[in-house]
Amino acid sequence: MRFYTRLLKQTIWHENPIFHQMLGICSALAVTTNLKNGLIMSLAVIVISMATNVTVSMLKTFIPRNIRLITEMIIIATFVIIFDQLLKAYYYQMSKTLGPYVGLIITNCIILGRSEAFALRNRVLPSLVDGLGNGLGYAMLLLPISFFRELLGAGSIAGHQVMPANLEPARAILLAPGAFLLLGIFIWILRGIQLHHAKEAE
Amino acid sequence: MEYLLIAINSVFIGNLILAKFLGICPFLGVSKKVSTALGMSMAVMFVMTLAATVTWILFHFLLEPLNLQYLRTIVFILVIASLVQLTEMAIQKISPALYEALGIYLPLITTNCAILGVAINSIEKEYNFLGMLVYAFFGAVGFALALLLFSGIRERLDISSVPKSFRGAASSLIVAGILSLAFMGFAGLVPG
Repeated sequence: MRFYTRLLKQTIWHENPIFHQMLGICSALAVTTNLKNGLIMSLAVIVISMATNVTVSMLKTFIPRNIRLITEMIIIATFVIIFDQLLKAYYYQMSKTLGPYVGLIITNCIILGRSEAFALRNRVLPSLVDGLGNGLGYAMLLLPISFFRELLGAGSIAGHQVMPANLEPARAILLAPGAFLLLGIFIWILRGIQLHHAKEAE
Repeated sequence: MEYLLIAINSVFIGNLILAKFLGICPFLGVSKKVSTALGMSMAVMFVMTLAATVTWILFHFLLEPLNLQYLRTIVFILVIASLVQLTEMAIQKISPALYEALGIYLPLITTNCAILGVAINSIEKEYNFLGMLVYAFFGAVGFALALLLFSGIRERLDISSVPKSFRGAASSLIVAGILSLAFMGFAGLVPG
């Protein structure tokens, strides 16, 4: 059990896919205009990365080495399509807003990277935890960013108006520059905290 | 005129990187030097146009008649992966000099979401063949423009003193934000 909690902590914090390895940033920027989108997208990445890691780990002895990348791609694509179809069937409105970005989870380097670097070499259960950890690490940045973008850019939280009506929201935060700036600031703060910890440990 | 609008739109207003957030990984990854950025841009320009063309044809003449649209993503990614592989082999045979220049950037393109994004977008926007061609090529031009501008800035950034926690990713993203703010100024170019 200790092993799993440590693995989880490592993937979420010490080797966080977004702010440490700079993976999967495209979608992290594109879908964070409000909290609901961020939530659904995080959910998608968590589920798909867990499912892919488990599948790749189970099949690792059957996958020929030289076509493993394509095989992994097909496995990822299968889960992405399943998720996309489910979204279309039960939450059509959300599927419209997220647009092509759900499909683009395929090229999200977090998932391919983890199945390549972890699931191919490890047993099923650790791979599951690794997938969960990386998905959560992704969510850990996605949710605060979408929270702040919605709060500052539209003055609401998950669609409910919270800011006073006479306060003009900064619309630019909802547009592309706001996403870059906010993610940059978040990464700056988190790196700062990590450096601080590292200094104290010394 | 319609095609001119598509072109301006995909280079400036709907810039793949700065407005649509596609291809951020290579944008941050290979933008340390202007020369590598140039190599990457050329490779992307080539593959993007080719991939969009092939996927557009496949979608309209194979998937649509068979009613298999939901397989779009999986088909497209396989097409792109094999296309990259084929291009690599072809260029190696035909033009060793170009192969040297593109080098490692070709295989990296498989995971460039801008390629898949453009392929999917040109279907969603229901462009005709020529529109798709213009959209894909100028999308790649926009990608190259942003990448080159950004790598120029980063070369400067590297030699200035920056706080340790701000170095690398954080400063790059803030610079990208400012760049994207500048690109927003183009939004008035096309009415509506």
